[in-house]
Amino acid sequence: MHAAVITFPGSNREGDVARALTRAGAKVSAAWHADYDLPAGTDLVVLPGGFSYGDYLRCGAIAGRAHIMEAVRKHAAKGGLVLGICNGFQILCESGLLPGILTRNAELKFICKMQHLKVERTDTPFTRGYARGQAIEVCIAHGEGNYICDDETLKRLEGEDRVAFRYCDASGVVTAEANPNGSLNGIAGIYSDKRNVLGMMPHPENLIESLTGGTDGLGMFKGLAA
Amino acid sequence: MKARVTVTLKNGVLDPQGKAIEGALKSLGVDGIASVRQGKVFDIEVNTADKAKAEAALKAASEKLLANTVIENFKVEVL
Repeated sequence: MHAAVITFPGSNREGDVARALTRAGAKVSAAWHADYDLPAGTDLVVLPGGFSYGDYLRCGAIAGRAHIMEAVRKHAAKGGLVLGICNGFQILCESGLLPGILTRNAELKFICKMQHLKVERTDTPFTRGYARGQAIEVCIAHGEGNYICDDETLKRLEGEDRVAFRYCDASGVVTAEANPNGSLNGIAGIYSDKRNVLGMMPHPENLIESLTGGTDGLGMFKGLAA
Repeated sequence: MKARVTVTLKNGVLDPQGKAIEGALKSLGVDGIASVRQGKVFDIEVNTADKAKAEAALKAASEKLLANTVIENFKVEVL
């Protein structure tokens, strides 16, 4: 597994995700937003968290139109894997690789806390390290994580089982109380129609060792590197 | 020529920022405010004197970047 982690001006989780991928056994290369091509042999493209372009205009709006995104679009069209975490998810939505948009949290506050997620399916490279319905505990840190889309898109996402993760309580039950930001149907992450592109607001890359709070995030990177 | 693009949230899209501003205006005692929706205004200088060309460029700018048409509408004006 050869992963390319893209750094945009204002990305700040590229080191964390590169470390998680390396820990899981993947080979990691760095890519730059102004590049036109991905590193040769890239299997997985990662768009890390952060505040690309200072969240100017809309979160991910300017990064979503960076040179490298054309290469990411081609990679995805060929079935290549793409993972966007937090700001990376926002960039994927703004670039049109995933439907919908992440808007200001319903309570208007930046939320930084531990959060349980229900794993909706385990037949993708991203989640094969987990059990179906498993409640994993990772962290969230965002001000604009409130996922919305039109009714037709929501129906399609649900009908095609393209919700990857939902916010849930510690026992894996999806409730309104467990939804931190107002996202439709408790959506924390979604897949593209071919399930090779995943965007998610939570940060699995920060939960890879017990010393720093838990290892529930490691399953994703081990699954990807397997 | 000077131009202006106004981006507003579509009807039905929740606007927590607008709600917060509305609440602040009420707490300031400003009378007569029923509701507030927040949007964005872009003042743009176009380098053509051809109005149709300017409008086409502004429309392209709005669709490609200034507005996210999932949740936003835009209005183009050449001033």
